[in-house]
Amino acid sequence: MSGLDLLVAATLSAGTPLAIAGLGLLVNERVGVVNLGAEGIMLVAAVSGFATAVATHSEWLAFGAGALAGGLLSLVLGWLVIWLNTNQYATGLAVSIFGTGLSAFAGIPFVGRRLTTGGHHGIPWLRDLPFVGPALFRQHPMVYLTIALAALLGFALHRTRLGLVVRAVGESPASAHALGYPVRRIRLAAVVAGGALCGVAGAYLSVVYTPLWVEGMVSGRGWIALALTVFATWRPARILLGAYLFGGVTMLQLHLQASGVQVPPQFMAMLPYLSTVGVLVLISRNPLWIRLNMPASLGKPFTPGA
Amino acid sequence: MIHLEARQSPSRLMGLLSPVLALALTVAIGAAIFFALGKDPGRALAVFLLEPFHGARALAELGLKATPLILCSLGLALCFRSNVWNIGAEGQFLFGAIAGGGLALWITTAGVPMSGPLFLPLLLVAGAAGGAAWAAVVALLRDRFHANEILVSLMLVYVANLFLSWLVFGPWKDPNGFNFPQTVQFASVTEVPRLFRGMRINAGFPLALVAAVAMWLFMSRTYRGMQLQVGGPAPLAARYAGFSSRAAIWTTLLVSGALAGVAGAVEVAGPMGQLTPHVSMGYGFTAIIVAFVGRLHPLGCILSSLLLSAFLIGGELAQTRVGLPSALAGVFQGVLLLSLLGCDVLVQHRLRWRSAP
Repeated sequence: MSGLDLLVAATLSAGTPLAIAGLGLLVNERVGVVNLGAEGIMLVAAVSGFATAVATHSEWLAFGAGALAGGLLSLVLGWLVIWLNTNQYATGLAVSIFGTGLSAFAGIPFVGRRLTTGGHHGIPWLRDLPFVGPALFRQHPMVYLTIALAALLGFALHRTRLGLVVRAVGESPASAHALGYPVRRIRLAAVVAGGALCGVAGAYLSVVYTPLWVEGMVSGRGWIALALTVFATWRPARILLGAYLFGGVTMLQLHLQASGVQVPPQFMAMLPYLSTVGVLVLISRNPLWIRLNMPASLGKPFTPGA
Repeated sequence: MIHLEARQSPSRLMGLLSPVLALALTVAIGAAIFFALGKDPGRALAVFLLEPFHGARALAELGLKATPLILCSLGLALCFRSNVWNIGAEGQFLFGAIAGGGLALWITTAGVPMSGPLFLPLLLVAGAAGGAAWAAVVALLRDRFHANEILVSLMLVYVANLFLSWLVFGPWKDPNGFNFPQTVQFASVTEVPRLFRGMRINAGFPLALVAAVAMWLFMSRTYRGMQLQVGGPAPLAARYAGFSSRAAIWTTLLVSGALAGVAGAVEVAGPMGQLTPHVSMGYGFTAIIVAFVGRLHPLGCILSSLLLSAFLIGGELAQTRVGLPSALAGVFQGVLLLSLLGCDVLVQHRLRWRSAP
């Protein structure tokens, strides 16, 4: 086994939570809602998932608990933002601050506990192939589900009637309303669905990726996922690409540290954050390009009949 | 059925009452949480909300913790009013702390002759420069490359944290500090002068009050201040009037960065007396809540800083007195802001009873 196959495998695993959260936030933003609560939602979901995994030893119930927690928190956010027309940025920040506090508080009994789930994963037969086996086919099922989800979302958004309605709500809520679609309900449904995905991402982090609960363990991935939606110009396939890119940066940084490169670890740890900034700068350089791709009603409240 | 009806004009009364309602709601939710945790809600709330105000010493601590909150929230109020979403005050605070701490460290280790009255202005300049420089990165990337300032300013918080950690684990570590990640104790000449003997509250507090009044005058009495704030509610009107949005980005970010930087410098040369990885109790993030609860008004920020400072102290007291984790303070902060945003609906709307259709 060489080092490269393990690096590829680790990249896929590290990119997966970013991809799931990024896809969820993409769903939110496609209907016109920016969810700055992602970081807090992922933290609460991470602790809910971890607690469920400790109690039930089931990863899938943990993902479910994460999705439930994420959905509930985004329900609060969605209700405030969509029905009470509160400022989306302020509300999202409030959810993030609340989630950070709540997860730190609720997670205290789980600090330092280890999970006993896990074990062998992968696709039979393919996993035993040389090189590509360990690199690609020994992943947790969630890794493959994420890829399928991106494909499904891409298809649903651009090739189905439902996707057309969702996009219409995000591009021009007034037109969608005039056509008789319940704009606010569609927005709320999308916000809750997106929040549930962020929740699954949080649970994946604490249950599969680390698998530990540490206070503040999401460490900015919610914000990086938000940046991913811009990077991907709101297209699911590019979210996947961006997520693996960031997963790669994270892994490369750990890899370099382990191989004894003489750079202080703190500077290595800055890499994901600095590359997020770099990517944002590169992609936003041309404002026209962003404006063409961004859902036109992003961040703007809509009151039917007003 | 209750339903919401739009008001003809926003209610001024509700604008002032909504933070009070939100606080009441937070207290109610807090009582429910304490009850659910099996603690006596009355006693727990008293520890959280009354004890921080009880006695001279407690009030001094309240002012001490409110100082960085006032300074940070003033800048954020200006930013948010001008539709510039700087949420990285925490990073700007840290860079102010690094600049101010670096200055104090240099004076301490190099044995530079210095007097207290001369050092304080130098410290403030260093802190302001450090914070403003860190915010300038955000302004530059936003202005030149249109990069979203929310995400950039937040990413730079993580970078600032790691940079501080590198300094205190590496080049700035106290060689005789038993390998703890901290600098040496600064020379006493660098300490921000205390207001009263035996209490930690220092000259930073009156300074923050002066800054608040200055910010209030700037926002409400100057043409420049008005120009900046038009861009928030009415960007098109601002553009039509020829008010530059680029100038708004630079001004608001540099001012808020400098204020947060001063907060960091005063904190590190005041109660801390050395640099450690834990210079900030999350002041930069709490200041976001402070700014909103203070109605984005500089004088309101003073009041809300005292309130949120009580939450921070209450969290610590709750840990020692009632055996509740101090993380609860974070929960309360979030609940307060969420309640406030909800209650703010009453500013633009009124509740009307209507029989079900």
